[in-house]
Amino acid sequence: MQVHQQVSEYSDAIDLMVNMGPQHPSTHGVFRLVIWVDGERIVKVEPHIGYLHRGSEKICESEQYSQIVTLFDRLDYVGNLNNELAFCLAVEKLTETVVPERAEYIRVILCELNRIASHMLFYGVYGLDAGATTPMLYGFRERERVQELFESVTGARMMHNYIRIGGVKEDVPDDFDKNVLILLDHLKRGVDECDRLLSQNEMFLARTKGVGIITGEDALDYGVTGPALRASGVIEDVRVTDPYSIYSRFDFGIPVGSNGDCWDRYYVRVEEMRESIKIVEQAISDIPDGDISAKVRRIIRPPVGEVFVRTESPRGDLGVFLVSDGSDKPYRVKVRPPSFANLQALEYMLKDTYIADAVLVLGSIDIIMGEVDR
Amino acid sequence: MNMPEIVGLFFKASLLLFFILMVVLILTLAERKALARIQQRKGPNRVGFKGILQPFADALKLLTKEDILPASANKQIFWVAPLAVFLPGFLIWVTIPLAKEVVLANLDMGLFYITAISVLSVMGLLMAGWGSANKWAMIGGLRAAGQLISYEIPFIMAILAIGILAQSFNLKEIVDDQARWPFAIKQPLGLFIFLTAGLAELGRTPFDIHHAESEVVGGPFVEYSGAHWSVFYLAEYMNTFTIAVLTVLLFLGGWQSPVLPFSGTVQTVASLSWFLIKTALVIWVIFWIRGTYPRLRIDQLMSFGWKILVPASFINIFLTASVLYYALPHWVITVVSLGFLGATFYFIKKGSLAGNKQDTVTIINSSDIRAQLSNKAEV
Amino acid sequence: MLMKESSSISSKREIKAPIVREYLDQAGENLHKILKESISDFPGSEISVSIDMVTVKIDSVQLAKICEFLKYTEKFGFDYLSCITVVDYEKDQEIFEIIYHLISIRLHHKMAIKVPLPSNDPTVPSVLGVWKSADWFEREAHDLFGIKFEGRENLPPLLLYEGFEGYPGRKSYPFHDYGEW
Repeated sequence: MQVHQQVSEYSDAIDLMVNMGPQHPSTHGVFRLVIWVDGERIVKVEPHIGYLHRGSEKICESEQYSQIVTLFDRLDYVGNLNNELAFCLAVEKLTETVVPERAEYIRVILCELNRIASHMLFYGVYGLDAGATTPMLYGFRERERVQELFESVTGARMMHNYIRIGGVKEDVPDDFDKNVLILLDHLKRGVDECDRLLSQNEMFLARTKGVGIITGEDALDYGVTGPALRASGVIEDVRVTDPYSIYSRFDFGIPVGSNGDCWDRYYVRVEEMRESIKIVEQAISDIPDGDISAKVRRIIRPPVGEVFVRTESPRGDLGVFLVSDGSDKPYRVKVRPPSFANLQALEYMLKDTYIADAVLVLGSIDIIMGEVDR
Repeated sequence: MNMPEIVGLFFKASLLLFFILMVVLILTLAERKALARIQQRKGPNRVGFKGILQPFADALKLLTKEDILPASANKQIFWVAPLAVFLPGFLIWVTIPLAKEVVLANLDMGLFYITAISVLSVMGLLMAGWGSANKWAMIGGLRAAGQLISYEIPFIMAILAIGILAQSFNLKEIVDDQARWPFAIKQPLGLFIFLTAGLAELGRTPFDIHHAESEVVGGPFVEYSGAHWSVFYLAEYMNTFTIAVLTVLLFLGGWQSPVLPFSGTVQTVASLSWFLIKTALVIWVIFWIRGTYPRLRIDQLMSFGWKILVPASFINIFLTASVLYYALPHWVITVVSLGFLGATFYFIKKGSLAGNKQDTVTIINSSDIRAQLSNKAEV
Repeated sequence: MLMKESSSISSKREIKAPIVREYLDQAGENLHKILKESISDFPGSEISVSIDMVTVKIDSVQLAKICEFLKYTEKFGFDYLSCITVVDYEKDQEIFEIIYHLISIRLHHKMAIKVPLPSNDPTVPSVLGVWKSADWFEREAHDLFGIKFEGRENLPPLLLYEGFEGYPGRKSYPFHDYGEW
């Protein structure tokens, strides 16, 4: 490993190398950040990833298409349903399967609820990074409510394996509509409560405003997408500009920040929760009856070809590139993880900040290491 | 001093130590329960009836844990550091009166003694940070030293203002002076400064960055485990209790109460319980602040201390001294203090970024973008 | 639109010619048109359409030039590099194929650039100077497939640990029986 020796501008002292190692309470997974500091100021940053590399893409090449959905669950292990959706969309595009209406609506409802759950986890963990212990409990309470609903529908709190190629696995229980409406009531109040607790707090503002700024052009150049890009002022949301599934039927807002600092990235996510609630309200009132899956063979053999699909996961632009050679196992599956590209911009965001800000900036990008390392 | 006196003093000192340890144990449980209630959960409730025996379970666990010494640590400094943090905090208790006649040694220079001794614990933190042979510990220790030394100034100045108001440094006389009005009403600014500086001295949220879990992973205490860490833990809670007791003694009237018709021992017991109730209220406020607020960064903390608290404390002293010198009625201090406090809060609110709340994030409607896209496609 | 059944499938993995189905939307059609006009500047390039993506096949020498052209020209404006993928066709065609997926946020269209590389010496110029998001994607391609990128310094492995031998992304890397322990 290279040793960085730099003469500080004031004396001939060397910079101190501090290691926010793979085990650290606030690196959001196994992630190592080597920081060279001059007093309290950060001089250079070197991220080390790969601790969670499981070779998912290579495993996909030896599994049948319907078996790969479980692998995608475990990539971004917080936004499971969005990952499953991305893969299923790719295969459906390749095989030209038409997904029935009811399945589409169920998919959208569950994916948006998953987005709310993921952002609640971000909120709780971000409050904890800033030093407030209470937002964690408030955020996780809301998240538990959503996961209860998931358990009643899919059978599992986290790794659902519910969205399948051609539709969804099985129909929702009879009291689904009622439960979703009750859940939305709770969530509206929960989001407002969480907002009131942390967003306008003096100390939180002092710690996040003006910290870790990245401009819109630089963010786009680094490949940053999702709430982090929208916080820098670029209006880009795959659900609107490149719609997939039935998102073009819903009317919702896109929160866009202007400063590109940590507070904007945080508040964009809080507002996104409210917009997701709107989408679920519209979807649950329109949900039709019908089939919940197209007639798909058990062993899917798509035609030869390749396809690239973009979806909007809670972290950003999740892309799936699929090459099929006509057999029942894919030839190549490549996942374009949003956190991977967002994490590249960390070096840029940490220029001229304090060491205490490193934790907050890292938290505001909202990375999931399972997705970064695959 | 003859033998019986020494033995008597020794006995009283051990009683005091026992009392402090009991209070600390109760405080650990109280904090966990209070925080849990704020966070909408229950807190420890398994050990004993509703969790009463939890602190004993914690103490037993800590005492039976392995004491790890890092290989490259400086052995002497590492082992002595917890003691250096605990002792000054305990020595303060020699002169603190808990009720009318309950005090170990009522010194005439009581306040002066307290401030002089309490500064010594900073050295203990530095020893812990250096002796651990760990970069994070060193950073945390240096941060702690800077923070504690900076906040000593407003702390001492607030105490000094009380001394001026009461015309004495003797703690009993200060409490007796508050028979009519507690000093909090006469010096609200002083109360605010004392509590804030006290929180910073304790190293509690929102000023706990030097041993923050998510930042420096425990700061100077990171390499300690078992019995040695429990001494640090003890010291923190003991200091919390000290600050609360000092607030009550100096500002909230000590054991004075509106009506105390009893006399003799019953009066002592009643005044003691009244005193403990007031202390419990102050401690509850300290826990409440911990449960609600995030923490400040080290440079923001320092600038808050130097730029806001230090001038405020000087104004407090100046105001008190001039009111006493010109023999003005004491409510002048109250009025001017409240005015100053109001002005400070107003300027903090205005100068801070809470002014432009939601201006930075706007919500753009998707239908607008879709219209834009379809227009572009048609063109 | 019914689901198409893939009929003649052999059990062995043969790479057949892809069945061409074009479902370009309006933006894609426009892009296809203007690309066809400009692509003559770059000899040796071919345009094709794969489901809904306009694809340009080009050789590695011209890669940097065409990337800069696509980013800085007004009517293309591809300011966002989404992904760099490597597909291993070593056994049948003896090439590695690098695919760059580009998206234009401003003009709302997307395309892909394919670069075939010889499998005995896969070298390609780096596009780090054009898009900074290529940084970690290129490092990952280097770790997993052994692609060498000209014009950038060799950094320690990103996803694998230092001292790892072999390129696990390639098909030739054994899936089950490599003796690590």
